[in-house]
Amino acid sequence: MAKILVIGEISDGKLNAGTAKVLAAANAIGGEIVVALLGADVGAAAEGASKLAGVTKVLKVERPENAHILAATYAPQIVELSKGYSHVLFPGTAFGKDIAPRVAAKLGVQQVSDIMAVHSATSFDRPTYAGNAILTIEAPAEPAIVATIRLASFTAVEASGSAAIEAASTTATLPAHTRFVKLEAQKSERPDLQAASKVVSGGRALGSADNFKIIYSFADKIGAAVGASRAAVDSGYVPNDMQVGQTGKIIAPELYFAIGISGAIQHLAGIKDARTIVAINKDAEAPIFEIADYGLVGDLFSVVPELEAKV
Amino acid sequence: MKALVSVKRVVDYNVRIQVKPDGSGVVTDGVKMSMNPFDEIAMEEAVRLKEKGKITEIIAVTIGGAKCEETLRTALAFGADRAVHVKEEGDIQPLTAASALAAVFKKEDAQLFLLGKQAIDDDANQTGQMVAALLDLGQATFASKVDIDGSKITVTREVDAGLETLELDLPAIVTTDLRLNEPRYLKLPDIMKAKKKPLEAISFEALGVKPAAGLKTLKTTAPAKRSKGVMVKTVDELVTALKGKGLL
Ligand SMILES: Cc1cc2nc3c(=O)[nH]c(=O)nc-3n(C[C@H](O)[C@H](O)[C@H](O)COP(=O)(O)OP(=O)(O)OC[C@H]3O[C@@H](n4cnc5c(N)ncnc54)[C@H](O)[C@@H]3O)c2cc1C
Repeated sequence: MAKILVIGEISDGKLNAGTAKVLAAANAIGGEIVVALLGADVGAAAEGASKLAGVTKVLKVERPENAHILAATYAPQIVELSKGYSHVLFPGTAFGKDIAPRVAAKLGVQQVSDIMAVHSATSFDRPTYAGNAILTIEAPAEPAIVATIRLASFTAVEASGSAAIEAASTTATLPAHTRFVKLEAQKSERPDLQAASKVVSGGRALGSADNFKIIYSFADKIGAAVGASRAAVDSGYVPNDMQVGQTGKIIAPELYFAIGISGAIQHLAGIKDARTIVAINKDAEAPIFEIADYGLVGDLFSVVPELEAKV
Repeated sequence: MKALVSVKRVVDYNVRIQVKPDGSGVVTDGVKMSMNPFDEIAMEEAVRLKEKGKITEIIAVTIGGAKCEETLRTALAFGADRAVHVKEEGDIQPLTAASALAAVFKKEDAQLFLLGKQAIDDDANQTGQMVAALLDLGQATFASKVDIDGSKITVTREVDAGLETLELDLPAIVTTDLRLNEPRYLKLPDIMKAKKKPLEAISFEALGVKPAAGLKTLKTTAPAKRSKGVMVKTVDELVTALKGKGLL
C-alpha cells in the first residue's frame, strides 16, 4: 500500500489552499497520507491540514531555521522525513517547483512534474509543450516517487477530517550558503488568483498601469481576482505575480475574462481548465476567439465600463 | 571567474505542436528548432555580467545529438567564449542531464551556473535545482534580477507572493525567469565569429555519468479541445448569456 508524504505549503502563517488539491491527488493514489509542514511556527497551518479529507497524520517540523522557505534547507529535511514513504508530493507552485527537484535528486530519482491525472500509484498524466501534448507516464516505484501536482487539475478535498497532529524533528545539518534577504509581497484585498472562481485578466491592450484600473474596477464589481498576460507584466502595468500562463500561474476558475489579450499558446496554457472563457478583443481574428465560449469584438475601453455598469 | 550556461535545442516557441496520430510523441521532423527561450535569457545575462566585468569567461554547454551543435553556435554568437557538447542521443531526462551538467561545472571549476528555469518542450522545471542538489550548492530559481558582489550573488526571484530576494555564496546555481532581461538580436558578424570559436565534444562516459532510471512514456495524446463558442454582438447579449448560465 502506498504511503504518501504531502509537503504542505504555508502562506502568511496559514495552510495554502493548494494543499487541499494535492490531497485530492493523494487520495486518488490511495493509501496512508501524512502531511508535513515545515516552518518556525506551523500551528495554525497544522490545524488546517488536520481537517483535510484523507489525511491520517500531520507532522509539525518546527525549527528556527525554517522561518524562511529555502530549498537548500528544506530539501535535506524532507529527504530525512521521506524515509519509508512511497510517494512525496508537492504543490505545483513556485514553492513546490523550487524544492521538489532538489529532493528528487538527493533521492536519486527522476521527478514527475505537474501531475494532472492519476491512473495508478505509478502512472500519471503530465503536460508538456505548454499543455499541447499530454504524456501518460509510468514512474519506477523504487525507491520513491517524487512529484508536483498541477493544482488546476484537481478539486480541493473537503475540510471534513480530524487527523492527529504530531511534532517531528529533523537532524539534518543545514547549509549556510543561502540566506533570505526580503520578500516584497503584493498585498491585495482581492481574491487569490489561484483559488478564485472568477478571474478578469488584462493584456497589452490596456496600454498603461493607470488604464488597468478599468480591469480592477470591473473585477471588484463581480468579486473576481485579477490576472494579466505576460505582455502586460513585462510592460510594467501589473506585478509579476499576476501573470497567467505556461510560465505564470495555471488557473481553473469558473469564469475567465480575457480582455485585450490575443490568446498566444503560452497564455492559453494557463487557462485551459477554466469552465467558461469570455474574450473581449477588437480584432475579430484574434486567436483567443478560437477557444472562447463567448466572444465579443469591440474596444475594451468602451465595452468594459458598459459591462461593469450592466452586471 | 567562469560562468557556465546550459542551452537546449527545442521546438521553436511559435510552432503549433502536433501530436503524432499513433501517440508516439510530437512531430519534430521539418519543424523549426531554436534555443530554449529561457536559455537565451541565461546567455544574455552571462554576457551582461561579463560586460560589467563580473565574470571573465563564459562557457556554453549542451547535451544532445549532432544537431545541437547549432544551438551551441548560437550561444557562441551571443558571446560565449567556448562551448562544450555533451554528445549523447536519445531521451535524456532531468536527473541524467543534471548529473552531466554538474560534472561539467566541476571540471571547469566554474563559479556561476546559469540555466533556464524550464525548457519549453518537456516543461519539467527541474534541472537547475537538481544540479544544485548534486553539488550541494545554493540555488536561486526563477531569477528576475542578479547582482554579483565579490564572492556573493544577490538574486531577486519571482515567487507566487511577489518578489523574493536571496543572497548566496558563490559558487551558486541560478535559473532564469522571463523578466531577467531581453535577449539581444544576434548580428551577422557575431554569427560568423562564432563559427571559429572552440567547441569541445565529450561523452557521459568521459564525464563519469551513468544515466539514471527514467520515467517511461506510455503514450502522448493531444489535450481535449475546447469547442469554439458563440460570438455575441452586444454587451447586453453577453450579460444575458452569463446570467442565464448562473455565472454572474
Ligand atoms: C518562453 C515563453 C513563455 C511565455 N509565457 C507566457 C505566459 O506565461 N503568459 C502569457 O500571457 N504569455 C506568455 N508568453 C508570451 C506570449 O507568447 C505572448 O507574447 C503574450 O501572451 C501576449 O500578451 P497579450 O495578449 O497581452 O499581447 P498581444 O499579443 O499584443 O495582444 C494584445 C491584444 O489586444 C487587442 N487589443 C488592442 N487594443 C484593444 C482595444 N482597445 N480593445 C480590445 N482589444 C484590443 C489586440 O487585438 C491583441 O489581440 C511567453 C512567451 C515565451 C516565449
